Amino acid sequence: MTAYILRRLLATIPVMAVVAMFVFFLLRLAPGDPAAIIAGEDATAEAIAQVREKLGLDRPVLEQFALWLVGLAQGDFGTSIFSNMPVGRLIMQRLEPTVALTLSTLVVALALAIPVGILAAANARGLVDRIVMGFAVLGFACPVFLVGYVLIYVFAVRLGWLPVQGYRPLSEGILPFLEGLVLPSLALGLTYMALIARITRASMLEVLSEDYIRTARSKGLATRRVLMLHALKNAAVPIVTVIGIGIALLISGVVITETVFNIPGLGRLTVDAVLKRDYPIVQGLIIVFAGAKVLVNLLIDLSYAFLDPRIRY
Amino acid sequence: MTVVAAELEPSTASALARLGSGLRRNPTIFAGVLLLAALAALALLAPWLTADPFKQAPINRLRPPSERFWFGTDQFGRDVFARTIHGARVSLVVGISVALVSSALGLALGLMCGYFRRIDGVVMRVMDGLMAIPSILLAIALITLTRPGLGIVIAAIVIPEVPRVVRVVRSVVLTIRSQPYIESAIAGGTRNFKLLARHILPNTVGPLIVQATYVCASAMLIEAGLSFLGAGVPPEIPSWGNIIAQGRTFFQIAPWTILIPGAFLALTVLAVNLLGDGLRDRLDPRLARRM
Repeated sequence: MTAYILRRLLATIPVMAVVAMFVFFLLRLAPGDPAAIIAGEDATAEAIAQVREKLGLDRPVLEQFALWLVGLAQGDFGTSIFSNMPVGRLIMQRLEPTVALTLSTLVVALALAIPVGILAAANARGLVDRIVMGFAVLGFACPVFLVGYVLIYVFAVRLGWLPVQGYRPLSEGILPFLEGLVLPSLALGLTYMALIARITRASMLEVLSEDYIRTARSKGLATRRVLMLHALKNAAVPIVTVIGIGIALLISGVVITETVFNIPGLGRLTVDAVLKRDYPIVQGLIIVFAGAKVLVNLLIDLSYAFLDPRIRY
Repeated sequence: MTVVAAELEPSTASALARLGSGLRRNPTIFAGVLLLAALAALALLAPWLTADPFKQAPINRLRPPSERFWFGTDQFGRDVFARTIHGARVSLVVGISVALVSSALGLALGLMCGYFRRIDGVVMRVMDGLMAIPSILLAIALITLTRPGLGIVIAAIVIPEVPRVVRVVRSVVLTIRSQPYIESAIAGGTRNFKLLARHILPNTVGPLIVQATYVCASAMLIEAGLSFLGAGVPPEIPSWGNIIAQGRTFFQIAPWTILIPGAFLALTVLAVNLLGDGLRDRLDPRLARRM
């Protein structure tokens, strides 16, 4: 097991190296003169030269790359062009809302989608199943911002049950904190829920046709016990795999959800950085988001051993 | 009806009959194609069907949907119906171009990786790295460094989509490569190029088409997302993402400026997904059974 964990940890190194190389060389290979584009439409030659110096574009490429890698290894993500603040600190300041939003979405999505998927599988081809699958197909097609605005319109503007926009940090109390997260989590989680409900249903259907399920039923066990204990346990591996794959959806969706709901997290930081063309911030955020995704997938891989004792490393 | 059928060329009649029964057996493909055809017709005929999408009329600002303005007007008095229908053009162009370009690149790379095992390791590590970056962020990074434009948006969406195509093509090639008929072709002295083109390529077509529809749907969602964030096509082009972004300020009093183009986007993506699901069931039964 330890050897396996080590091997999986080592395997993440080339992936992250490609990510780091990609953001580094993108700046050097982008068409046109990125320094001129970052400096703005009517920048003087002096201002452009200044941006070039800040980005380190005036030094030899290999030297720049070595400096960038050494910095990264020490947790130095570079310096913002506009605020001159270290990118690492800017990211830390905005971390709380994004982590809160992602975790609450994960909880809401799993709590809703897995039971719904089980229910659909238990009533395969029935009315519940058809409704669930219909919603799943719709969920794949609805963009995050559309869902967000529909939810705001219905629950905040019309009914007035929840705040329209904004974020209340946890330090201001648990209730306002949770209130502000309900609509964003539902908006962000819809496609994710569709994905998980669909795989839960498919995976459960496959398991439910196995002989041991028939045995469990015929010896008189309650349906719920059969579903939850015998079937779900054996259907878990594909479900967990898709939970991991879907993390990419959540990370991409965070950027848009935070804009819709005016949440000052990493997503807003990304958008503000793009509008100001502050490339070092974008660069740092990509490393952080890609790192989060790689980490989640690593945890998912390790979890297989606990979910299915037949899997040995 | 019988008279009409008799008048048709026999081959045409049987082709039509086959089409009819094919559609009956695959209602999802039928629904997807019908919806897409309607949207494409609207998009193509937009200049003749609608008013000028750019014309501002401050006197008519923020009018709700009515007989005169079917989808209402925005804060500059521009006709939301005209803008939404013109927006379909941007989405369809982006979706189709990204699907075509990523399929071509992905097919070439996937064939090479699956067949020439020496380059496989390197190329697939690069693909793994690219796939670790969430697609919208990868697109954003490229857009930060370039001047806005439709071509850049298409290129920025192609890069994150290519690895997904490569994986599909590569896995097909790996499966086919170990088949006895490929081994016998190699033993018979067939050249690499002919082997790839004649024996391997045809097997990748089905999965490639299915994957291309999903790439198309994903590209349209990413384009709308980028434009919504202000990092997509230039703001003066009426794309669905841009219309929605510009409607944000007045959303509470004029929700139609956001909900209507949003619904059109969802409907288009739904149509492409239906087409993809239907094609998957027809062309890739192995995959179909899993979902």
